Amino acid sequence: MAATTPAPASEVRAAPAAHRAPRPVIALDRIRKVYGQGEAEVRALDGVSLTIKRGEFVAIVGASGSGKSTMMNIIGCLDAPTSGRYFMDGIETGELDEFQLAQIRNRKIGFVFQSFNLIPRTRAVENVAMPLAYRKVPRRERHDLALKALDAVGLSTRAGHLPSQLSGGQQQRVAIARALVTEPVLLLADEPTGALDTHSSEEILDLFGALHARGRTIVMITHEPEVAARAQRVVRMQDGRVIADTAASGAQTSAQHFAGGAQ
Amino acid sequence: MITEAVRFALSGIAANKMRSVLTTLGIVIGISAVITLLAVGAGTSNMIKDQIGKLGTNVLTVNRAVATGGRSTGGSATGARTQSTNLTIADQQALNDPVLAPDIATTAPVVQAQSVTATLGTSTHSIASTLGTSPSYFGISNFTVAAGRLLDDADSGQAVVVIGNSVAVDLATDVSTLVGQTVSLNGQNFTVAGVLASKGTSGLNDPDDVAMVPYATAQDKFTGYSASLSSIAVQAKSADVMTQAQNEIQQILDARHNVTSANRDYQVRNQAQVLSTATTTTQTLTILLSAVAGISLLVGGIGVMNIMLVTVTERTREIGIRKAIGATRGNIVMQFLVESLIISILGGIVGILIGFGASSFTIAGIRPEVQWWTVWLSVVVSAGIGLVFGIYPANKAAKLRPIDALRYE
Repeated sequence: MAATTPAPASEVRAAPAAHRAPRPVIALDRIRKVYGQGEAEVRALDGVSLTIKRGEFVAIVGASGSGKSTMMNIIGCLDAPTSGRYFMDGIETGELDEFQLAQIRNRKIGFVFQSFNLIPRTRAVENVAMPLAYRKVPRRERHDLALKALDAVGLSTRAGHLPSQLSGGQQQRVAIARALVTEPVLLLADEPTGALDTHSSEEILDLFGALHARGRTIVMITHEPEVAARAQRVVRMQDGRVIADTAASGAQTSAQHFAGGAQ
Repeated sequence: MITEAVRFALSGIAANKMRSVLTTLGIVIGISAVITLLAVGAGTSNMIKDQIGKLGTNVLTVNRAVATGGRSTGGSATGARTQSTNLTIADQQALNDPVLAPDIATTAPVVQAQSVTATLGTSTHSIASTLGTSPSYFGISNFTVAAGRLLDDADSGQAVVVIGNSVAVDLATDVSTLVGQTVSLNGQNFTVAGVLASKGTSGLNDPDDVAMVPYATAQDKFTGYSASLSSIAVQAKSADVMTQAQNEIQQILDARHNVTSANRDYQVRNQAQVLSTATTTTQTLTILLSAVAGISLLVGGIGVMNIMLVTVTERTREIGIRKAIGATRGNIVMQFLVESLIISILGGIVGILIGFGASSFTIAGIRPEVQWWTVWLSVVVSAGIGLVFGIYPANKAAKLRPIDALRYE
């Protein structure tokens, strides 16, 4: 696999203030997310504080209804918290309008979804190049960068294929290439192996491992313990709170879950 | 960003070719109908204008009225009034009165001979309109001569004829050779004095299918002697005094026929006016038909909107993906708006071409003329349809929240 550009390079491009002291990629401060009102009120997130530093490979685990999907939506700037503050790469997202959030998603975050979410009837290389189109990268350059990203996930020979002509594992690798093509500070994966067979899952997880080894910050939402075990750090959630935050070896890395529930 | 939006939109259109074609068809039909109908309308009113020109300039026609009320033109009418029910040569001459009728330039008597057939050797031609008249008629009805000469006063009572172009070409291949020859009209020999220059056919009647003989000759040879005229052709001094000229005719003839406006036994017709009325009618009809076509265009536009709404729903997930990877609201609006614009402008262009195609045929004797302003209007209207009917679905797409859109199955 060809080496991707190291993360700091993208940092300089994406954020002018990058030369200050190292700052966390994600800093959640007493995040609450409440759906519905009155009796139907559901506290999807009930005061979550969490810090994820550059280069970490974090798995967020929990049963369904634990709030991990809401976590993913908020971390991914797809949804806004009811209260609390969220700093994405040092930028407070609560102050941003829709347009700026779109730019954050485009420049800072690379998404990988359970169901791949490639655009149908669009060739792999064009799918990968799409985020660049939304940041006005010239077409040629876009194409070259997309080919490079496909090469990085080992799919350069499938560049001209349509999603329907690719296997699930290959589609997910195209999705990862699309997530990486913008050199984001965060790779955010939502059940990336949920729709894949064991073999393909292994491939994808190996790919994440390799990306992490090269300094990528990865946050992976999953409910499978064996998938979570591949991460360096596991954040366990239950009823909208962080109940455990451990290194994959088993050691407690921080006591941040105690902040949960603080008003 | 526009070029991106165009590429995304084109791939969206290509994804559902049949549906896109059918949607476009709505616009195609609307635009081509509007263009064709307006072209037919313009063709009709041009044809009418043409006919007005061919009638002659500032012409009023005095006709015998069809008997109305108790009055009859036949012999059963009582006493001295019988003669006054006819238009006579004396009536015609009375109109040439510079004092009583200062707005009348000239007049001509007309007697119409029925079913006259011209024969020269083995060639025959059934003449649509055979008139006995005076030399002044040619000036009134804008006839000029192509070969030979027109009738003059010296021809009165002589067996000479001036024939129209349609009659001439039926009798001889080279019409100029006819001059001086003797043709037979219903078995009676006439010398051809001249052949008229063609006015060109317009619509249903052929102004060139005529023959003119001196007034006295017509009475002598065709209609039999009678003081009665078929009509009197009157030329007013200018288009502005047509009404005055008409009033003067009525004053003179009312006095001579001893009638009033209530029981007139003749009528004065302004053919140009009749045709102008026809023009107005045509215009009304054109507007009505175009309105119907416009409604079909509106329906086409609603079709575009409908399909765009379906497309947006169908591609909800795609919209979610695009938003997740950084598409802004503007990007999404642009993509779908451009898609509806392409569909409707494409429909507009094809509609214009079909409109031109349909307008190149002669429809019911009318040669449609495509108006350039309708072409520009069509382009603007089809683009407008794309915008107006595209903006709502595009906005709907852009307003989707990415998490909802991604969850959509």
